[in-house]
Amino acid sequence: MNVQTLIKTSEYHDSVKLMLVARELSRLAGVRDAAVVMGTEANKSLLEQSGLLSTQAQAATPNDLVLVVSAQDQEVAKAALKTAEALLAKRAEPASGGLDFRPRTLRSAVKAQPEANVAVISVAGRFAADEARHALLEGLHVLLFSDNVSLEDEISLKRTAHEKGLLLMGPGAGTAILNGVALGFANRLPRGPVGVVSAAGTGLQEVTTLLARQGVGISQGIGTGGRDLREDVGGIMMLDGLKALQEDPETRVILLVSKPPAASVTTRILEQASTSKKPTVVCFLGGLVPTAPGILPARTLLEAALLAASALAEETGKVQEILDRQKDELKTRSQPLVEAMTGGRTRLRGLFSGGTLAYEAQVIWRDLLAEPVFSNAPLDPVHQMSDSTRSQGHTIVDLGEEEFTVGRPHPMIDQDLRTRRILQEAQDSEVAVLVLDLVLGYGAHPDPAGELSEAIRKAREAGMAVVASVTGTEEDPQVLSRQTRILRDAGVEVCESNAAAAQLAGLIVARLEQVGAARGR
Amino acid sequence: MKMAIKDLFGRPLTVVNVGLEGFAGAVRDQGVAVVDLDWKPPAAGVRPLYRTASGLDVEEANQEVLRRIKAARPVLVGMGIAKDVIPGMHEHMILHSGPPVTWERMCGPQRGAVMGALIYEGLAQDGREAEVLARSGEIEFAPCHHHHCVGPMAGVVSPRMPVFIIENKAFGNHAYCTQNEGLGKVLRYGAMGEEVYERLRWMETELYPILDRALACIPDGIDLKAMIAQALHMGDECHNRNRAGTSLFLRAIGPALARTNRDNEALARVIEFIDRNDHFFLNLSMPAGKAAVEPAEGVPGSSIVTVMARNGTDFGIRLASMPDRWFTAPAGKVEGLYFPSFSERDANPDIGDSTITETAGYGGFAMAAAPAITQFVGGSPSMAVETTLEMYEITASEHEGFTIPVLNFRGTPLGIDVRKVRQTGILPKINTGIAHREPGVGMVGAGILRAPEACFIQAFQALAAL
Repeated sequence: MNVQTLIKTSEYHDSVKLMLVARELSRLAGVRDAAVVMGTEANKSLLEQSGLLSTQAQAATPNDLVLVVSAQDQEVAKAALKTAEALLAKRAEPASGGLDFRPRTLRSAVKAQPEANVAVISVAGRFAADEARHALLEGLHVLLFSDNVSLEDEISLKRTAHEKGLLLMGPGAGTAILNGVALGFANRLPRGPVGVVSAAGTGLQEVTTLLARQGVGISQGIGTGGRDLREDVGGIMMLDGLKALQEDPETRVILLVSKPPAASVTTRILEQASTSKKPTVVCFLGGLVPTAPGILPARTLLEAALLAASALAEETGKVQEILDRQKDELKTRSQPLVEAMTGGRTRLRGLFSGGTLAYEAQVIWRDLLAEPVFSNAPLDPVHQMSDSTRSQGHTIVDLGEEEFTVGRPHPMIDQDLRTRRILQEAQDSEVAVLVLDLVLGYGAHPDPAGELSEAIRKAREAGMAVVASVTGTEEDPQVLSRQTRILRDAGVEVCESNAAAAQLAGLIVARLEQVGAARGR
Repeated sequence: MKMAIKDLFGRPLTVVNVGLEGFAGAVRDQGVAVVDLDWKPPAAGVRPLYRTASGLDVEEANQEVLRRIKAARPVLVGMGIAKDVIPGMHEHMILHSGPPVTWERMCGPQRGAVMGALIYEGLAQDGREAEVLARSGEIEFAPCHHHHCVGPMAGVVSPRMPVFIIENKAFGNHAYCTQNEGLGKVLRYGAMGEEVYERLRWMETELYPILDRALACIPDGIDLKAMIAQALHMGDECHNRNRAGTSLFLRAIGPALARTNRDNEALARVIEFIDRNDHFFLNLSMPAGKAAVEPAEGVPGSSIVTVMARNGTDFGIRLASMPDRWFTAPAGKVEGLYFPSFSERDANPDIGDSTITETAGYGGFAMAAAPAITQFVGGSPSMAVETTLEMYEITASEHEGFTIPVLNFRGTPLGIDVRKVRQTGILPKINTGIAHREPGVGMVGAGILRAPEACFIQAFQALAAL
């Protein structure tokens, strides 16, 4: 038996805490007995009875804290004393005093809530990098929602995060789903086997809600921010996210979404994806995915969601079949709409709130339409609109682009700008089809369909078709079926996905283009 | 230890929200714990300061300062007469609270206390004579802080006054403070009159000898650090609430008082006096703080405040890195509760060295430990807790020796960091008694205020330039 003593001079703790520490010590393997007491005469005589009164303990004063451990050997006893010190220093629960006190700094938030593990940062861009840096220093994973963070800051933050084994999602990452919790703009989703890493915010929302509608849940949804796959950033977070999902036992299928990355980054991502047996769906929207073992390339977000769901059932071969059938159905659906069109209307107008959804629509229209689609965020810079506020030819406007959001809320939050733009388009007698995206979920407008329906009715009355999709789930605060019903009541052709809506609109307009061309001849 | 992203998976999420409140609400709606920061942009033009102009590492310096303050072990070791024991004290010197001040700029209550002390010393017969003497230049005025002393309110220490002697056993330095007179018409609030002098004479001729004899037979002295720690657990914050500390002191000295005294009636008067003065322990908690903090002075590059004191005219601070330099600004107005027939119009600006307690990691900074304090200084118990939580934002560390039960025994906010004060714009919160602005009247109320920002702006600039 070995007895070790530690005296902490003038250290005061309440007796309940001391008893709790003593109890923890006596439960340690190899410890025979332990006492943690103030050095009063009464306590010393108790120590004596237990054979724990060392000469050091004998000399302690009532203001000294006495720790004595009797154990099988010196090593165990000394280790127990170390444990005791740690226990004395530790606080059991968050120290907020149960008040509605709001800390001012990240550091004190973590002090008040030691369990904190994720920071969601949405302050103005010029302050955001500093806050993100503090969060990483405190050991927090970060969803950096803020825009206008410099590329240098992004690179240094992501390197720090990578070294610390933390997520740095963003900047400009609108969405994340961690452990089933929706952060930022995100939908209420079932938990399940598909893990997603996305460099596109609404892209992440679209694929996860499409999966949810097929009854497939999400393990984790990681946003990386739009610049992650550039050469200079190097895809740090997509690679780290991918690796984490590969090691995550809950994740059985992985889905990656991005605009086409830099060539070197593509190579690294596909190499990493190939190291795992888990099927990996890769959607580089608007670009080609080189073939690699274990990689399932997808052209659209819809195809990506279908591939991921079918990979679970090991039936990926059927996806093309489903897509073909859907296209046939849309063709049939388009015919009466084409026939109902009067007055030589031929133009397509998309008014979008989700950047990735606008991008996906353009990818689809590129193959369907003879004439180019102009945009404020075009696939090809030659189709850049000369003025974002005036449509030209076929046009799709991303109302979430900077020129519309400076000093104004995002169109996913506030429908005012889009309502006015719909009324503006309604005046244009060339417009045949208006296409809209509605994005539901946390952070989004509480009733986008209701807000837009009056303007939509005006557009319908003016003689144009309105096609839309709703990105969301039945569990979202806005409720998918309720939003869909409001749109249908306003005369909208509601499609099951953004890709389907783009396709339906494209099929109508392609047909009208042909009729117009024939008439011109 | 390096973490991995996958370690986050499957673990309960606890979110810190920095920015849009709606995001916090959405996470809360999903049943997840959220801390929603009350985020504000950093003060304009305040850059993070890690190194001074000559390259001193501020953080490293602060670690040393904190180590010294935390290691301190202030013990009441005895008593003595001011002129015999306080270094530099002499027959024609009067110490006062706060930064240096001339008779001309001295506020009413401090003048009252000086005149009262001159009469008590027998150097003047009445107020008129005392004023002539005080003005004559024959009396040397000096801040308590220049002589290892601290004094509550006017803080006047005159040569004949008995003082407690506190030794910091970890460093061997000493601090001094007079015996507390009680509340009401007392010298430290600037009151004058026979009642005041009579009490001071009794404290010199009966209270002091009895306490002194008792202390002499407690060989190891009375451990004030342990006593403050316990008092914090008993509802004191050891600045404006000292009821528990006073009781603990009486308990600790009780047996020695009984053993060393043969006159039971005199002993009863001493016990009654201490028992009726809930602030008796203040004059021990203050020098305990002074003794604890003083060894941290002189650490080059530190941004930690080691002195924060007011003389009713100016508020002054000093940093550990510049112990000889005061950064001053006009003393502030106290938001307070007033005794019947008094109002804000009667109030003198903020006064006293008692802010040494906040400087040393208790006092107002530990208000969460003392919800009942709000009966004295106003506010609500939740405000008391919020005050402590807010002070963590501007302090460099937490005092493991002083813990707060209601915050799950979290250490008190320790070490005001002038950088954090500048960055957050949060100023130290002080609770205090209020003296009448005219000499000779005394205490009129108690209340709360913040330290003036100008001191911290100057100190921050001077630190950056070091």
